[in-house]
Amino acid sequence: MPLNIRTYHELTEPDRSGLAQQIAAQRRRVAGRLAAVGQVVAVMSGKGGVGKSFVTAGMARALARAGRSTGVLDADFNGPTAARLLDAPRARLRVDGDAVLPATVADGVRLISMDQLLEDGRPLGFRGPDAESHVWRGSLEAAALREFLADVAWGALDTLLVDLPPGVQRFQELAELLPAAPAVLTVTIPTPESRDAVRRAMRFALERGSRLAGVVENMVGGAFSGSAGDELAAEFGIAVLARIPWHPTPDTWRELALRV
Amino acid sequence: MKFLCVECDRQMLFEERRLPGDGTLAAAFRCPRCGRVVAMLANPMETQLVASLGVKIGGATLEPQPLETVRTMVTTGRGDVFDERNEEQGKGKGAVPAWSPEAQERLARVPGFVRGMVKKIYADYAKDRGIAEITPAVMDTARSELGLEGM
Repeated sequence: MPLNIRTYHELTEPDRSGLAQQIAAQRRRVAGRLAAVGQVVAVMSGKGGVGKSFVTAGMARALARAGRSTGVLDADFNGPTAARLLDAPRARLRVDGDAVLPATVADGVRLISMDQLLEDGRPLGFRGPDAESHVWRGSLEAAALREFLADVAWGALDTLLVDLPPGVQRFQELAELLPAAPAVLTVTIPTPESRDAVRRAMRFALERGSRLAGVVENMVGGAFSGSAGDELAAEFGIAVLARIPWHPTPDTWRELALRV
Repeated sequence: MKFLCVECDRQMLFEERRLPGDGTLAAAFRCPRCGRVVAMLANPMETQLVASLGVKIGGATLEPQPLETVRTMVTTGRGDVFDERNEEQGKGKGAVPAWSPEAQERLARVPGFVRGMVKKIYADYAKDRGIAEITPAVMDTARSELGLEGM
């Protein structure tokens, strides 16, 4: 006599754990915290070393100087650099009620970065079993991203820039956490190798409903040759927002800020 | 994950959650009809995966604490990074509970990165129940009632 096994969804008794409700509450907390944020912009590239954090920091300061309240969420947990690029002091972070106050750094930019939380020179380490850590480490990093969004008192912001690590994984986590897919500002260097890697990331973002806000071509006029910025812009029908030389001036950033 | 008592064709209901040690998470479920109890045992990796989702089997027992997962799971955090002097006395109108020397000693062994949050949770617990002094026994009871892994 075969066992009568019903499906998961056929079992409808009230569930005290309410795991789905707990996840939904997490999402509501993110949405509530960001309700006063005008736009979330993910600074993304499929390629490492193209200067995403450098562009994020320069753009954030220029936006703030232009009178637009700006926050930076450094989502590169394993290589956080935004704190140093924004001259963040090694200060304590105040906990106030249900949130941590972001540091106020250069030009009034509000910042949260794993760099502020970690001991000097130590990598991001998690408590847990060593065996099969690849299974849970990604989930913990996604949880850290959720908490940086939901548990930091961002307040009213015109723009929250999210500085992503290379690749698309953190973007995917961000897109799933936010009520709507973020706008994406893509950073590339001029080379065809960068173009090819960045193109994949842009397609990934488009497929998840993001608006491509434009391309920033970084490290222009030096050793790198190519026209990745123009080619990507033409392919995706968007603008090259800025070409950042090796030694940008405040005017370079101001012009970029005006176009974001 | 749900449990079905196949003999009764009834969904089993969550009964109790325990951390018996060794990184094991145990969740017991009871059939509302025949009373049979089964326990699901998660290995340390599975326990960690549940913790990483920021959810609690058996239901959330606490209001979300700011950066709770980061503070409870990161082992390389700066001990002095959080300034929560105004938070550690707990919320609510009751009298601020005292800490016995033994409880203070035990609290001092909690990593600085998460200590302020842990202190606030115990203070909230004591205030809610009108407990005047937090002792190791109070901490044990709170830990068990609230399901505070690693605190």
